Amino acid sequence: MSRAVAIEVSHLGKTYDKVRAVDDLSFQVYAGEIFGLLGPNGAGKSTTLRILITLLHPTSGSATILGMDSVKEADRVRKTIGYVPQERAIDRFLTGREHLELLADLYHLSPEDASRRIPQLLKLVELEQQADRPAKTYSGGMKRKLDIACGLLPDPKILFLDEPTLGLDVQSRLRIWDHVRAMRERGITVVMTTNYLDEADQLCDRIAIIDGGRIKALGAPNELKVGLGGDLVSLTVREHDRVELLAAAVKNLPAIRAVTTTPTGLDIRVDSPEKALPAILDAANRLTCQLEFIDYHRPRLDDVFIAHTGRSIKDDQPKAESP
Amino acid sequence: MKEYWQEIRALTMRWVRRLSREKFSMLFTLVQPMLFWLIFFGNLFQRAADMQVTQASSYISFLTAGVIVMTVLNNGLAGGVDLLFDKENGFLERLMSTPIHRTSVILSRFIFVMTITSLQVLVILGVAWLFGVQPVTGLLGVATILFIGMMFGVGLTAISMAMAFSVKSHGDFFSVLGFLSLPMIFLSSALVPLAAMPGWMGFLAQFNPMTWAIDAVRPLILHGWAEALPHVVMVIGVMVLFDALCLYGGARAFRRAIG
Repeated sequence: MSRAVAIEVSHLGKTYDKVRAVDDLSFQVYAGEIFGLLGPNGAGKSTTLRILITLLHPTSGSATILGMDSVKEADRVRKTIGYVPQERAIDRFLTGREHLELLADLYHLSPEDASRRIPQLLKLVELEQQADRPAKTYSGGMKRKLDIACGLLPDPKILFLDEPTLGLDVQSRLRIWDHVRAMRERGITVVMTTNYLDEADQLCDRIAIIDGGRIKALGAPNELKVGLGGDLVSLTVREHDRVELLAAAVKNLPAIRAVTTTPTGLDIRVDSPEKALPAILDAANRLTCQLEFIDYHRPRLDDVFIAHTGRSIKDDQPKAESP
Repeated sequence: MKEYWQEIRALTMRWVRRLSREKFSMLFTLVQPMLFWLIFFGNLFQRAADMQVTQASSYISFLTAGVIVMTVLNNGLAGGVDLLFDKENGFLERLMSTPIHRTSVILSRFIFVMTITSLQVLVILGVAWLFGVQPVTGLLGVATILFIGMMFGVGLTAISMAMAFSVKSHGDFFSVLGFLSLPMIFLSSALVPLAAMPGWMGFLAQFNPMTWAIDAVRPLILHGWAEALPHVVMVIGVMVLFDALCLYGGARAFRRAIG
């Protein structure tokens, strides 16, 4: 499937004080998709975003936004993109409407265009009632909505969101997700950073997993999960000395892909659980190997993350025992 | 050009709006220098100050020039504070992601600080007038005073903005600010003429651009054009140099932070 490319990133690198924040990054963002940069704090995703919105110059490589270079044609890039920074980037003394009025002038909208678009946007993000109250009276969710209205004001072709739901309650998060999906419906390409796995999984069409300034995996969340190879059955075995015996027996059963020994039992990758599970239990019975616990799940994005980075997104230290 | 003006006007209006929302802050900003220094300090030292030394009919009339330049100093040095907060909470980034000319934000800040400072200088002259101090050089003299104040203010605001763009935290910013402000005032001719200072203080005060500004503003208020003119010419020369240095440093800090 060949699709129009909105953003082309090629061998991008950024070094701060001899630390490589971003290291040889290459990827494409297709027009009309929601593209997520997923990674823990300090992985380099915000740096990448800042280069794409022209606020940082790359040390090496290049980024092209709708065919325009992020450094040489920065001013033209800025005219075609919208940016939603993290929640705090709000002037507490200005009202919601005044934020939009200010940005309308910065995007050089005519007074007629501004007075037409601002009420539309306030309506879109459901802030009409609070439009004339200073932003310091807004809740976190309301500030976020105002942010999104600000990002949409220039009628951008591409919208960049930096951690759009960081620190929001569940309901506000779901609202923001709806808004982001609505943008895709309107044909806007969305690029966002996140360190929430469920957000990347449910909202993004494609994600790039970034860790240590490098891309570890790239693709649709489902592709990435399937790529791990099969569903996972984890067994906790009561008698640890039986584990090797069971592993040997399970290996030759039908619909089994791979078997790995864990400290408490076995991790078994299976192709079809309905065939594999009875066979596994059967084998355990035959060997009179008592099972303490059986866990079965489809691969989750956490598994993808761990498989590609060697650690969980919440961990700060790599796991010692991981391959 | 039309777009540039649209940006600058909108950004300047933002500063005005912010100030008008902070009513108490506005009141104290406007009232503090004249209340503390001119009214209290001026009257407090009325009898303690020797007229032979100050060469003025009253201490308040001597002090007026100093209070005016002090106000320029304080406003200028604090001129970058709002940009510092904008930088820290990410608002600056939001502004910079829009297709504005890179200098608009800075220029709007200069316009705003200069306007507020000029208004304050006029208020100070008004309060001094209530205490019987009338600038002998008339309206043209007042205009000259405003001009000198703005020239000094531009350089100071540039220093402040350069600091705002360079410091790691706002704690650093306010420490430096507090460290600069009072010595600048004491090591100048604001409160006492240079001739009456201990030698070493007088020596240091000569290198303080504030002294030059005060020495030009004071004769404009007290003595008349004949005495003031050479000082005015001198201070304009000094300020051109001072502003050039500060703007150069400011531009470098800005480019490093935003570039």
